[in-house]
Amino acid sequence: MTDAAGDAVSDAVSGADTPAAGRRMAYREGEVMVRPAPRWQALASVDTGRLILLSSTGLLVAICLVQLVGLKHTTVAIAFGLFIAFGELLRLSLPGNREAAPIAMIAALAFAMVLDIAGNNPHGKMFWPIPFEPAQVVGVAALGMLLGALPHIAAGRPAGVTGMSARLLGVAFVAFVFRPLVNAHLMMLGSPRRAALAFAVMAVLVLIASLIETLITAVIRAEDLRARYSVTLADELRLQWRLGLAVGVSAIITVFAASAMGLYELAVFAGPLFVVQLAFRRYAGIRATYLQTVRALAQVTEVAGYVDSGHSRRVSRISLAVGRELGMAEPELLSLEYAALMHDIGQLSLVEPIPAGATCNVAKTTARRIAEFGAEVISQTGVLDAVAEIVRCQWLPYRGAGAEPPLESRIIKVVNALDDLVAGSADRDRVLAAIASIRGETDLEYDPVVVAALAKVSNRLPVNRL
Amino acid sequence: MGRLSLAAWLYLTALVAMAVAILRYVPVGLASRHWLAAYAVLALLFLVCDSAPTTLAARQSAWSPSSAATLAAVVLLHGGIGAAMVGAVAVLTLRRHVSLAERLFNGAMYAVAGYLAGKSYLAVLGTATTFWPHTRAASEVSQVDIPSPGGFAKVLLPFAVAALVHAVVNHGLLWGILRIDQRSRGAVRRSVSPGGLAQLLAYDLGFAGLGLVIAALWGVIGPFAAAIVLVPLYVARWAMGQFAEQRRAHSATLAALCQAVETKDFYTRGHSDRVSRGAGMIARQINMPQNRADAVTFAGMLHDIGKLGVPTKVLQKEGTLTEDEYAAIQLHPMRGLEIVGDIGFLNEALSGIMHHHERMDGRGYPMGFTGDEIPEFAKIIAVADAFDSMTSTRSYRKARSIEEAIAELKKGAGSQFDPKIVEAFITALGSGKEKWKPQEPAQPRDYEILTSQDHDDPISPLRVFPSR
Repeated sequence: MTDAAGDAVSDAVSGADTPAAGRRMAYREGEVMVRPAPRWQALASVDTGRLILLSSTGLLVAICLVQLVGLKHTTVAIAFGLFIAFGELLRLSLPGNREAAPIAMIAALAFAMVLDIAGNNPHGKMFWPIPFEPAQVVGVAALGMLLGALPHIAAGRPAGVTGMSARLLGVAFVAFVFRPLVNAHLMMLGSPRRAALAFAVMAVLVLIASLIETLITAVIRAEDLRARYSVTLADELRLQWRLGLAVGVSAIITVFAASAMGLYELAVFAGPLFVVQLAFRRYAGIRATYLQTVRALAQVTEVAGYVDSGHSRRVSRISLAVGRELGMAEPELLSLEYAALMHDIGQLSLVEPIPAGATCNVAKTTARRIAEFGAEVISQTGVLDAVAEIVRCQWLPYRGAGAEPPLESRIIKVVNALDDLVAGSADRDRVLAAIASIRGETDLEYDPVVVAALAKVSNRLPVNRL
Repeated sequence: MGRLSLAAWLYLTALVAMAVAILRYVPVGLASRHWLAAYAVLALLFLVCDSAPTTLAARQSAWSPSSAATLAAVVLLHGGIGAAMVGAVAVLTLRRHVSLAERLFNGAMYAVAGYLAGKSYLAVLGTATTFWPHTRAASEVSQVDIPSPGGFAKVLLPFAVAALVHAVVNHGLLWGILRIDQRSRGAVRRSVSPGGLAQLLAYDLGFAGLGLVIAALWGVIGPFAAAIVLVPLYVARWAMGQFAEQRRAHSATLAALCQAVETKDFYTRGHSDRVSRGAGMIARQINMPQNRADAVTFAGMLHDIGKLGVPTKVLQKEGTLTEDEYAAIQLHPMRGLEIVGDIGFLNEALSGIMHHHERMDGRGYPMGFTGDEIPEFAKIIAVADAFDSMTSTRSYRKARSIEEAIAELKKGAGSQFDPKIVEAFITALGSGKEKWKPQEPAQPRDYEILTSQDHDDPISPLRVFPSR
């Protein structure tokens, strides 16, 4: 599973546009201690968060489903339930292997906050809120989500229970806070002041609901990727705030517009929402394609016989694990992955391949030339300047060459040396010996912090399974 | 502006005259304060949307959700006049580098589209009487018309018709100017392209519902409705912008990596880029749909990537090749497939890469396909590939002229190349729409190998020892 997760984060969103190069990590030598962790510990901690999440959501849903008996205004409930199912059907894969269902979240949040619906008002009065109980809202939302998940299951895709749970808990929070206010007739429309009050309360609640969803997602991701919780949380917030904003505001729009237009609104609003989601889908698609292209083309050095088969991918996989261990954020991890994949592109400038492609033992001038030619090729793209800089500095010693090279370059240098020494072998003794020999050169050549992180990472899992 | 053809000018003038004829009757004096305030808000919404368009996949076509404002005006301002006035605001767009002709065209186009949408809305609703505005102008501008709660059921169908009319008129008028202006490469062309029209239409129809949602919100929270919808619109725009940016980055990276691969061989520097452009020319000449044309340019870019798997000494060898060496060269399409086979989006392009050395008479490699067994992409690349090879300098000969190369292509049509593709390429070269830029003279760099044979050259094919 760590394998899959390795691929997962690799496809990180660079939405924040922070150039990775030049960032300094606040690590000092010796702060990172190498502690061989027993295997069982790693296994035992797997999925604790997910387990708690799923069992508590399951309990909540079970209780709420019971409350559905005697549900009134079934037309409204069914319409929203179907809208939620529609949204769950149109799930969205976002960069970084994230699953989202923005339209389902919009529909569910709107259902939790529904005030009055034109044509469905009790007692025939205008602006008379529909009295749903919080538990009923959660029950309907859960049913809608499950209905929407069925086609995914039928098509052999993952059910996405974790994502649904995170969404449902956010919705449950809104329902349990907002429904009592509505049922006590504290939230109503009909005058500008009432509308403004309702808007303000809704805005705060949808904000908290998205935060709940984000927090849960970040906990699960931190577990899956073996990254720090603070890092995954920052990643989630940075990469998802726009979508969260659109979801929250769209939910409020749905509530207000349905008050005037009735349930038709759900169908009418689905069109624009679908187009917005399409925009996200295309964006995620091109991101995945981009990564695929770089991964494929990075193999040219292998096909040309310059480096060992699989070298680029191994270096990129292990570099990612080390980078994550060192607490790097997703945009930086993406640059690191691109740089690691393409770090040997510069070997194309050599007329004759280096023996076994091992760049860790070649003359400094050759190493420099490979690095600089590679950086030149990459900067030709005009968009990967940070990656080019990482590749340019990959041959520099950790100390004694003026400014310290970027952390990404130091990681690639260490991991490249490891792969040259073990050549893809999974033999534990060989890996340990290689790390020991690299550690012997940490006074000048290799960054001791990176080497310590590598040792820690390789302790957790065999290098070939990272 | 001077680049617009006479026909395009006439078209533009007629459209502007139509818009003026509609807007001449704007009865500002009769309008109520509420109506004018609602107009101002919707016009502002239109302007904000129109000033921040995004590029869609279809090259250079700008899209903005501004029509939602026009369609909201159809409902709220009750009919055509208000919608036409909202659309006319496009003249003021804050986008940069928009010429006066473009401003006039866009303003007039949106005014006419808005007017016709409004008229059809009223017609289906059953309240319109005449086509021209002046007779009913006063009643159209007297109040802001928010359908009553529950009254939206009645406006659904009229609104849908209005949205359809708006989209059809908008894109019809755009399509018209593109058809007229195609040869003159005029000012309007820069912002739209015909390939993307269908996609734009789909986006517009999908987004039309937002106009009705704005109208509904207006009844609950008033003009604030226009502000609140800007939030999801902003996020949508961000995603579309990111898509465009990533797409550019992807193409640039692909091109740079291909270039890196061919810098190994001095004589083929820039080859893949030129073959890619040649393949694109042919694809457009035979009217391939946009996405396939894009794919074939990618295939052209990557067609020789497998040459890296051919040992350098084989590429450098002068004189006759042994069978083994020839086999190594023949393997390069397969090696290319090995490298790029994992790239999902290439799909059909992969067939182009794998079979670009097949011949119509079946004497090509790697499969020895004949005639129609050869994928279309491969036929296209084969022609562009051979043409670029002939018009480039090689160690054993100087570059041929374009005329000589064309004559050679004609000679090979039927046996080596598909005559239809050859013909399309020659037409594209002769039409002058896109100029062929042959290889530029350059000095070899120290790491570049000087190959002495070119496997792409139909004039001097590789010499192989006959098998015993």
